[in-house]
Amino acid sequence: MISRLLHFLGRGRGTGGRPHVTDVLTWLYLALGVFLMFAPVLWLGLSSFKTQAGLIEYPPTLAPLEQITVPVEGYDEPLPLFRVTGEDGVVRELAQVRRVGIISLMVDPAAPAERIKVPIDSIEKVREVKLAFENYAYPIAKLNFLGYLGNSVFVTVAATAITLVINSMAAFGLAIYRFPGRNVALGLVIGTLMFPLTIILVPTYLIVTELGMTNSLWGVILPGAATPTGVFLLRQYMLTIPGELIEAARLDRASEWQIYWRIVMPLALPALAVLAIFSVIWRWNEFLWPLIVLNRSENFTLQIGLHSFSGEFYTRWNYLLAMTVLTLLPVLFVFGWLQRFITTGIASAGIK
Amino acid sequence: MRQRLRELAALPWLLAMRALDRPFRLLQRGIGQGGMPYFFLVPNLLFFGTFVILPLLVNAAYSLTGGTELFLEDRPWIGAEHFGHLFACGDLLDPATCREDNFWRAIYNSMKFVTLQVGFMVALSLLTALVLNRKIRARGFFRAVFFFPVLLSPVVVALIWKWVLHRDGVLNALLESLGGDKILFFIDPGWAMFWAIFVSIWAHMGFYTLILLAGLQAIPPDLYEAAEMDGTSKTRTLWRITLPMLWPNLVVVIVLAMIKSVQTFDEVFVLTGGGPGTATQLIVQYIYDTGFASQVQNFGLAAAASYVLAVILIALTVIYIALAFRPDAKHA
Repeated sequence: MISRLLHFLGRGRGTGGRPHVTDVLTWLYLALGVFLMFAPVLWLGLSSFKTQAGLIEYPPTLAPLEQITVPVEGYDEPLPLFRVTGEDGVVRELAQVRRVGIISLMVDPAAPAERIKVPIDSIEKVREVKLAFENYAYPIAKLNFLGYLGNSVFVTVAATAITLVINSMAAFGLAIYRFPGRNVALGLVIGTLMFPLTIILVPTYLIVTELGMTNSLWGVILPGAATPTGVFLLRQYMLTIPGELIEAARLDRASEWQIYWRIVMPLALPALAVLAIFSVIWRWNEFLWPLIVLNRSENFTLQIGLHSFSGEFYTRWNYLLAMTVLTLLPVLFVFGWLQRFITTGIASAGIK
Repeated sequence: MRQRLRELAALPWLLAMRALDRPFRLLQRGIGQGGMPYFFLVPNLLFFGTFVILPLLVNAAYSLTGGTELFLEDRPWIGAEHFGHLFACGDLLDPATCREDNFWRAIYNSMKFVTLQVGFMVALSLLTALVLNRKIRARGFFRAVFFFPVLLSPVVVALIWKWVLHRDGVLNALLESLGGDKILFFIDPGWAMFWAIFVSIWAHMGFYTLILLAGLQAIPPDLYEAAEMDGTSKTRTLWRITLPMLWPNLVVVIVLAMIKSVQTFDEVFVLTGGGPGTATQLIVQYIYDTGFASQVQNFGLAAAASYVLAVILIALTVIYIALAFRPDAKHA
């Protein structure tokens, strides 16, 4: 079995025969890579199902485990169950009443009348796998997680729609026509690649304030809508559309606006899709600008909500981890679904 | 079924576009066909003007006025005082002698961060791209493995690692089980910087790997065939064919990575908060803290510091554009 696996994995350069040393190194490198890339995310996923008590346990357990508690006659609360190894080597399961120093006071759930004293180094918690779904339920019900989600969805959808429309119009203008000032406009588009939002935070904040959009989702959506990357990407694609097509449409008395939406837009669909996917990912993940614009918690997007929750004095990690998983899942789904599209989009356009 | 759905999704768009047919035909009659390109550019340029060009001008007004007011009419003119303040140093190499020592600490932190992050990230991306370019099984899967963190939000990335690295986290448990001692990663300045760099490499290397892989796959196979016929060793092929052919892409990737790296904020801010102290505070965080997060919002100083960042970025971007839009550069 193992040799067949090795054979399968090693079948690289050498056609038949033993794998070359570089093949072994390759597979070691990839195995390490898979571990480093996946393990932290898996750890997050596993941890998100642990109870608060399970999370603070040290050293941590791999699976979400919880100590079993049993109701015992004569006690109001269920008691935690331990596995006790007696001096004679017999193992019994007893419930702990309380701990006094290094002595644990136990009872046998079957015979609760008698109390048994055992040293704590001879006991071990009895645990079972239990998924703490309340980690997910509580933020959704009580912490306004759905509000954050709604804000994020609204920002993502509205911003992407605006970006697609205005960027495609500009790209169309710059790709199809030759007109005085075209190079200036093109220069502006490329030039603004140099001025990301990070260096104009203060004045953009003023403008957003003057427009009355602080603490509004529109203040998050509008400043980043005219992406130079998008215009550039779409224009490059539209340049490949043959001019005869447009001439023919003009002969058929199509207006310029009709040429835009009936001819060029459908043909530019692949490039539009790439831009749409990237815009969705940019907006979903955006952090610094919303952090500045949004100050009231009912307007927070998911990223800001997560951050503010993680920054609280007393971080409730069980809820935070579950919310992190929920924030990450849509992105992983989109990636799994459109992987080929995204990777070829990046490789050919170099956008991120 | 899918076709139906697609048509349904496109319907609002088509209806809106059709509704605009008439008014825009009239518009075209009014301004003529020659005016139409301007019409198509207007919406985008309006956004550009409001949120890029105008801020660039207004930024100057902020950097030259003082006080803590947001509205420009309330801010007194102070000339180049902010710039003087930023650059008032006894010894430029020692932040402690500067009046605005945090700014210089941020500059030095960023220099350290960018150098190490870009250096190691490009090296690792290159190595990964070379490995993925071999004839291996399940290449698509492995490419995805290295790539998926690129799409995760910086906040999520930082929280994932915060959870792994915290005092009682899984990494410390692992260290102890191997006989080591717990390390307080975010209390020790060296470790905090190490993890800031590590995490940002973890998050972004897949992107550069992808670009370099595309570059590797664009190298004509007959070059390799010729080398094989001549009996050239694999090492020699790597140094004499692969790397020289990849060089233009590599340079573009390095400059692009530097542009992004200089602007790093999100993941480091959430991971370390800039701490301990100011050990991992980078330039963008300095601007954010000065202008927005501190008790006294010093917009002017933040705007002045933005210019320093802008100068660095413009220099890098000019290099990038010169390299990336050369006719012989295919990718990026």
